[in-house]
Amino acid sequence: MTATGIGAPVRRKEDFRFITGQGRYTDDINQPGQTYAVFVRSPHAHAAIKSIDATAAKASPGVLAVLTGDDLAADKVGGLICGWMIHNKDGSPMRAGGHPALAQGKVRYVGDHVAVVIAETYAQARDAAEMVVVDYTVLPAVVDMVKATQKGAATVHDVAPDNVVYDWHLGDKASTDAAFARAKHVTKLDIVNNRLVPNPMEPRAAIGDYDGGTEAFTLYTTSQNPHVARLVLSAFIGIAPEHKLRVIAPDVGGGFGSKIFIYAEETVCVWAAKKVGRPVKWVSDRTEAFLCDAHGRDHLTHAELAVDDKGKILAMRVKTKANLGAYLSTFASSVPTYLYAPLLSGQYDIPAIYCEVEGVYTTTAPVDAYRGAGRPEATFVVERLVEVAARQLGQDPAAFRKKNFIRKFPHQTPVIMAYDTGDYSASLEKALDMADYKNFGKRKRDSARAGKLRGIGFSAYIEACGIAPSQAVGSLGAGVGLWESAEVRVNPVGTVEVLTGSHSHGQGHETTFAQLVSDRLGIPIDQVAIVHGDTDKVQFGMGTYGSRSGAVGMSAISKALDKVVAKAKKVAAYALEASDGDIEFKDGRFSVAGTDRSLAFGEVALQAYIAHKFSGQDLEPGLKEGAFYDPTNFTFPSGVHICELEVDPETGTIRIDRWTAVDDFGNIINPMIVEGQVHGGIAQGVGQALFEGAHYDKDGQLVTASYMDYCMPRADDLPSFAVGTTVTPCPSNPLGIKGCGEAGAIAAPPAVINAITDALGHEDVTMPATPQEVWRAVQKAQRVLAAE
Amino acid sequence: MAMTMSGDFVLPADKETVWAKLNDADVLRVCIPGCQSLEKTSDTSFSAAAKVKVGPVGATFKGKVTLSEIDPPNGYRITGEGEGGVAGFAKGGAVVKLETVEGGTRLTYDVEAQIGGKLAQLGGRLINGVAKKMADEFFANFAKAVTPPAA
Repeated sequence: MTATGIGAPVRRKEDFRFITGQGRYTDDINQPGQTYAVFVRSPHAHAAIKSIDATAAKASPGVLAVLTGDDLAADKVGGLICGWMIHNKDGSPMRAGGHPALAQGKVRYVGDHVAVVIAETYAQARDAAEMVVVDYTVLPAVVDMVKATQKGAATVHDVAPDNVVYDWHLGDKASTDAAFARAKHVTKLDIVNNRLVPNPMEPRAAIGDYDGGTEAFTLYTTSQNPHVARLVLSAFIGIAPEHKLRVIAPDVGGGFGSKIFIYAEETVCVWAAKKVGRPVKWVSDRTEAFLCDAHGRDHLTHAELAVDDKGKILAMRVKTKANLGAYLSTFASSVPTYLYAPLLSGQYDIPAIYCEVEGVYTTTAPVDAYRGAGRPEATFVVERLVEVAARQLGQDPAAFRKKNFIRKFPHQTPVIMAYDTGDYSASLEKALDMADYKNFGKRKRDSARAGKLRGIGFSAYIEACGIAPSQAVGSLGAGVGLWESAEVRVNPVGTVEVLTGSHSHGQGHETTFAQLVSDRLGIPIDQVAIVHGDTDKVQFGMGTYGSRSGAVGMSAISKALDKVVAKAKKVAAYALEASDGDIEFKDGRFSVAGTDRSLAFGEVALQAYIAHKFSGQDLEPGLKEGAFYDPTNFTFPSGVHICELEVDPETGTIRIDRWTAVDDFGNIINPMIVEGQVHGGIAQGVGQALFEGAHYDKDGQLVTASYMDYCMPRADDLPSFAVGTTVTPCPSNPLGIKGCGEAGAIAAPPAVINAITDALGHEDVTMPATPQEVWRAVQKAQRVLAAE
Repeated sequence: MAMTMSGDFVLPADKETVWAKLNDADVLRVCIPGCQSLEKTSDTSFSAAAKVKVGPVGATFKGKVTLSEIDPPNGYRITGEGEGGVAGFAKGGAVVKLETVEGGTRLTYDVEAQIGGKLAQLGGRLINGVAKKMADEFFANFAKAVTPPAA
C-alpha cells in the first residue's frame, strides 16, 4: 500500500474547496444575458385547469415570456418518463399516466407545475408569477393510499381508474402458503414505512442555454447522472438530439437519489432557453424542494414469518401497498418492486418467500428512490419480523438470527438474488463484542434505577448494490443498462486524467478514484484528476446511485488502467530496448527483468507521446485507454448494527446511548471516507426512525413543508458511533468492492425501532417515533402491565 | 388544511341594528382587517379583496363572499373563497347567530375554513393564531361601528 494507494485513509482532495466556499455549484454559474424562471405551482392537490390568464403577468416589468402546457404541446415536447416497466401479475404492463413538464388540463399535487414565468431578474419573475390567474375546478384529493384504491375515490389518471399503477408479485405463492400451513409459529406484523423528504443541502437548480449558431443546447443541472439526463431529454422528451445537447452537472451538494430523476424544471429551462433566445436559470427554493423533489419510502405492509418448532424460519409472506404519488418519476416503479422484494430474504436462509406489491397513484408528490431505495423498506420488514419472532419464541434475538443465517455461498434466494459471498456470523459476533452485549442487563438495571427504560435493537441488513448487470436488469424491465465507463488519459508529463461516468455529489470520488490510480500507476494522487459530470468530456456513463460507483465505476477505471499499463509496457520495451515480456511494472517504474535498467512512469508516458523510439506502424503513439465495465452480479454488502437507547417514560424522549456498526463492504479503498458514509447513513436512518415524516392533510396540502414542521436529525441527537468492519472480498468485480453509501440508512431504522420496542415490551411503535408517539406507546405499555 | 374557530361577542346595540350593519358592505369593509374592497354584487353576494399576512406569507386575496341561510334578524351563513396567487387559497364559512341579551346583542360565530398552497406549507402552524387575531380585530371594529355615537 502506498501512502495514497488502496486502503489509505487519505483526506478528501475536494474538501478544501468545499469548506472554503470555492465549490462551483449550478447556482454559482451565471451566463451572459441570463434570465430567471419562476414556476407557478398548483395550490390544490387535484384540480382541473379551466383557464390560465397571463395577461397581467406578461405586461409586468421585465417579463420575457409566460409559458404553459399548451406551449409545450404546440412545440411537441414529450412528457417526462418512467424508465422501468413493471408488469402486473397477469402479465399486462403497468398503467402509467402522462407526465407533462407543465400541466395540461389538470394538476395532480400541491406544487404541480402550471406555468413558468421568465423575466430579466428573479424578483421580476417572482412578482409576475403572482399575477398569473389560474381558474381551477377543484377535484377531490386522493391522499390516503388505502382509500385511493377503494370505490368512490377520485381518479388521478384516467389510464388507471382505480388508481392502481400495478399489482405485482414475486416468489412462489404455493410453496410459501404450504410452509405457513405446517409452521409451528407464525409472526404477523403491520408495518408503516414513513414518507420522507430527501433534503439534500443544495436544492435543485438548472440553467438552460441555446446557441443559435450551432443549434446546440447546454444544460447545467444538479444531476447525479448527467448522461442519463441527456438521454432522456433527447430520446424521450425530444428537446434536442444527443449530439446537440450538452449536460453539465458541476459540484452537486448531495442527492440521496433525489437528483437521479429528470424533472419538469430542467426540461422547461432547456426548452425555454430557445424560446426566449437567452439562458434561463431556475433555482429551487426550500419550499419547492419539499413540495416537488421526489419523496422517499411511503409503504404500508402486512408481513408474516413462518417458523418451525426448532426456531428455523420456513417462509415469509409480504403484502405491500406503495404510494407512488401523482406521477411516475424516472425510476419510481422499480423501487417498491425489484429493489425491494428481492431483498426480503435478508441474511437468512428462507426456503420460500412470496411478496405482493400494489403501486398506487395519489395526489401527492411523486415518490422515487431515496438513499437505499427499496432496500431500507425490505430490511425494515425483515428485521422487525425476525426480532418480533425471536421475542415471541422467547429466544435471544442475536441467537435466533445466527441460527437462521445463510452459511454457504453462493446462495440462491427464492427471490432472484444469488448472494456471492459473506460471513454474517463474523459481523454479528464482532458487533456483539463491540456493543458489550453481555453486560446489557446490568446497564438496563442501572437505567431503571434512574427511571429510564433501556432497550437494545439489532439490525442484520443486506443490500444489493453495485447495480447492476445490464442483461439482468433488462430482463426485469429496466430501460437502460447499468454498466459504467471510464477513460484514462495519461499526459506526456505523466499526470493522469480519469474520465468517469460516475458522478460525485458528496461521495469523494476525486479522492478514492485517484487512490486507485495512485495504487496502480505508482504516482501520487495530486498528479491525478478525476473528471466527471460533463457529457462533452465523458463519453457516456450511468451515474451514481445504488452504491455503484466503487463496484462498477472503479471497476471500469481498473479495466482501463490494465490497458494503460499493457500499452505502457510496450512503449517501455521499445525505450529500454527489451522485449515486452521482460518488462516489469512495479511501484511506478518499468524495468527490464533481471537488470537495473528502468524508466519511471512519467518517462514512459513522454516516450509514448514523442514516439521517437518506435515506428508508428508497430505501435500507436499516445497513452489513453477506455473501458466499459458491466458487472457480473449485484454486490451484497451486509452487516449488523446494534442500537442501545433509553426511553424517558415521562416525556417519551429517546436518548441513543450506544451505536455499534459492523459492516462488510468487501475491500475498502479509503477507510475514512467509508466511515463517513456509515456515519451519514446512520444519521439519515435515525432521522427516519425518530424524526422525519412527510405529512399531507386530507385535502392533500403538505403540512410538513418547512423545517418548522419537518424535523431533521442533528448532531446532538446522535451518539459517537462505534464503527467496525469485517471483510469478505466481493468476487464479482476486480477490486473486491461491495459499496457502502446506503448501508447506514438501510440498517438504522429497524435497529432503532427494535430497541424502542425492546424497552417498552410491546411492538406498537410507528415511525417516526417522535416523543409524542413514544409517550403514547409508553402509556400503552403501562396499561398492558397493569392488566397483567 | 382545515381550521375551525368559534367565539361570541356582546355588542352594545339591539339585534335589528346589528343585523343591518352585518348586511352593510360599507360597514363590513372598514371592519374586515386588511380589506381593500368589498362590493355588493347582489342582495346575497359581494366581491372582495383583502390583504392578509400569515407568518412569512403575505398576499392579497381576491374572491367572492356569499350569504345564505338568511334568517333576519337572527343570523346567516357567510361563505367565501379567495385566491392569493402563489400564496395559495383560502375558503370557508361562518355561521353567525344573533340573540338579544342584557346590554345588547350576543353575536356567536362558528368558523370552518380551509387553506392551501404556501399558506398551508409555511403558515400552517400560525394560522389559528392569525385567524383568532383577525376575528378579534373584526369584532372590535364591528363593536365600534354598531355603538351609537356618544350623545
